[in-house]
Amino acid sequence: MVKTKQQKIKDFLINNGVIIIMFVLVIYTGFTSDNFLTFNNLNNILMNMSSRLVIALGIAGCVITAGCDLSAGRTIGFAACIAGTLLQRMDYSKKFFPNMPPMNLFLALLVVMGVCALCGSITGFFIAYLSVPPFIATLAMMEIVYGVCLIFTNATPLGGYVSSYTGMATGSFLGINYLIWIAIAVAAITWFIFNMTRHGKYMYAIGGNPQAAEVAGVPVKWTLILIYMKASAMYGLAGFMLGAKAGGASVNLGYGYEMEAIAACTIGGVSVTGGRGRVSSAIIGVAVFELLKAALQYLGVNANAQYIAIGVIIFIAISLDIRKYVAKK
Amino acid sequence: MADYKLELKGVCKSFPGVKALDNVQLSLRPGTVHALMGENGAGKSTLMKCLFGIYKMDAGEVYLDGEKIVVNNPDEAMKKYGIAMVHQELQPVPARSVGENMFLGRFPMKHIGPFKMIDHKTMYAETEKWLKEVKMDFDPKAQLGTLSIGQMQSVEIAKAVSQQAKVVIFDEPTSSLSDNEVEALFRIMNDLRDKGVAMVYISHKMDEIKRIADDITVMRDGTYIGTWPASEMTTDDIIKKMVGRELTNVYPARESKPGEVILEVKGLSSIHEKSFQNVSFSIRKGEILGFGGLVGAQRTELMEGLFGIRKVASGQIFVHGKEVKIRRPADAMKAGIGLITEDRRGNGIFGCLSIKDNVGVAIYNKHLKAGFVLNHKVINGIVDENIKKLSIKTPSMKEHISNLSGGNQQKVIVSRWLANDPDVLIMDEPTRGIDVGAKHEIYEIMCNLAKQGKAIIMISSEMSELLGMSDRIYVMCNGKMTGEITDTNDMIQENIMSFATKF
Repeated sequence: MVKTKQQKIKDFLINNGVIIIMFVLVIYTGFTSDNFLTFNNLNNILMNMSSRLVIALGIAGCVITAGCDLSAGRTIGFAACIAGTLLQRMDYSKKFFPNMPPMNLFLALLVVMGVCALCGSITGFFIAYLSVPPFIATLAMMEIVYGVCLIFTNATPLGGYVSSYTGMATGSFLGINYLIWIAIAVAAITWFIFNMTRHGKYMYAIGGNPQAAEVAGVPVKWTLILIYMKASAMYGLAGFMLGAKAGGASVNLGYGYEMEAIAACTIGGVSVTGGRGRVSSAIIGVAVFELLKAALQYLGVNANAQYIAIGVIIFIAISLDIRKYVAKK
Repeated sequence: MADYKLELKGVCKSFPGVKALDNVQLSLRPGTVHALMGENGAGKSTLMKCLFGIYKMDAGEVYLDGEKIVVNNPDEAMKKYGIAMVHQELQPVPARSVGENMFLGRFPMKHIGPFKMIDHKTMYAETEKWLKEVKMDFDPKAQLGTLSIGQMQSVEIAKAVSQQAKVVIFDEPTSSLSDNEVEALFRIMNDLRDKGVAMVYISHKMDEIKRIADDITVMRDGTYIGTWPASEMTTDDIIKKMVGRELTNVYPARESKPGEVILEVKGLSSIHEKSFQNVSFSIRKGEILGFGGLVGAQRTELMEGLFGIRKVASGQIFVHGKEVKIRRPADAMKAGIGLITEDRRGNGIFGCLSIKDNVGVAIYNKHLKAGFVLNHKVINGIVDENIKKLSIKTPSMKEHISNLSGGNQQKVIVSRWLANDPDVLIMDEPTRGIDVGAKHEIYEIMCNLAKQGKAIIMISSEMSELLGMSDRIYVMCNGKMTGEITDTNDMIQENIMSFATKF
């Protein structure tokens, strides 16, 4: 069937609906408020995006296999807390480990990511080998991680970080903040994993049809564990970044971020039914979210009403996205 | 009063490219069991689906008690005309109680003030009454899923009886029943017969037919062959009527020169008692080995066991004379075995992925740079070569596989395994659901592979395909190997049928 010009335009509008709405909103905000389209503000938005993108890229792997990860938010909080305890100044009065000198920054990051990866691999084990649905398994891990974090920190907020740690969020290279560089690097590595390694291909295969994947000789169970492990390690990195940016951490850091990350992925086109999604999907989704938040703020929309706006965007975006695939059948 | 309770006359039904039913008739006398027989694909289920309005018939009429009726859907068939069906695959709600299943969609209600509520007391009392009616006494409040398949079936029957069904269709009801459960079912059927209910009984099991049926109608290739009183037909007569057809010449001619034995299976048994038990066979290089049998003969399960998808309790597998342990598909692939599954949608294709990924998934492991980076250049080359070699009709390898026709999808799956270069390729119903032209292409591919020295195991429920393609045929029945046919002169449908219905 040859499509008429009108149909083509309609298809284009439907397929890129959310992005178009975003552009319109950004341009409108840019014209009506003076400070929106400035370097500083954009840099700010990108900095906010950076940790969110790392979370979304982690969760994207889970969603592509038709799973999800509810433990992301709590894992991020846990990661930030661990990082905080390891990287406090010696002269800080409420130091968590009073006699321990601050750890090397990279070593601390490694420890944080390692601990988180362990949590993720446990979740992955339950999902892969004991067939616990991802929704439930990650819910369980969410509770466990939160509990462990509460016991570990005694629910006291952490602060007094060494300058090298906070410098991660303030320093820049080529005029671009380190956090943004990290997000770019993570996106590049994730793209590489998704497209250039068999692990990535297996991930798509499992999401597309787990039974067929098994018949085709894909190590389904091991791949699933790796995916959840990798995702958790990325939440660890995100928590580390957020701690640096805030200059402190508490147990409630990251709470609810998993929902926003899942929503961002789906807005960008990662299918919750599995098998579909790219790195660009996560980037678009996170960009839509952060730009929307910033634009609404600049337009002077009531902070509480912003939640409603975000909910509406999710409704519209997912309905449009589903339309693409329903129409194809 | 009409002689027949239910009559179907001149039923025709076409699907794209296939004439599934051609002028078929069926006449049920009240108070009898009417056996409807035919090979797999003869059109029995299609005919029943037409009767229930699941398919719309192209031509044909249905008479109930001599009056013409039009059935639009299964619900109407039951509620308006009292025609019920006990399915081959039951479709109840296993997580709910027996009573709820029986009254699903027609719960007894009671009024409490302005509210309408489900009357649980009446529902369970009624359920108990009807279960007694079919000589069953289990708890109507029990969760349906906890019952055996036979018990679930009797719930379905009780449901039909409770709705005063005058016609009941049994579609292969005994395929998953134990002997005792079959006896119970026959008792119920005899009861219903005494009550004047007309029944259609679809089954492949000859001994059952001889025991329960009053009349027999035979169908073949979507046409009506005839109706006879059961008492006048011997088992051999029935088989002859079912298969008596000329082989059409769609199978490519080839010379087979089987070489040394590649794969040998000894005493393979499933962990499930009712699945394949103690099966042994071997296959040579360049041989096409057919596996015949009826649906439910456990051929698919056997191959899945061999391939490491299903658990095996005992047995040995030898490849090139060396014993191999196969615990998962990856092991089987390493041993040089490939499996094209029967259920293409279920565990064959990745619908939302490209042709490239559908082929590549089995070889991504093999083509890596520096041990972990996919060598897309080589993989693309292999995929491209296969698209050309098997003439897969597609604009590019990036096309989603779900956009291809069934035949082309099947060729993509074949490519997946060819890319892996197996010595033994198992093809489970390789031509199911694909059109005649594509079928021929698949046959040619199979012949070419055999010529290259690959060993091919083909499971087929299509008799002519089995006879037309195989060098040698094994026949299975109820999980056991019942026969091996090596002499081409013995390769006639009657022989296979008698092996396939041995138990």
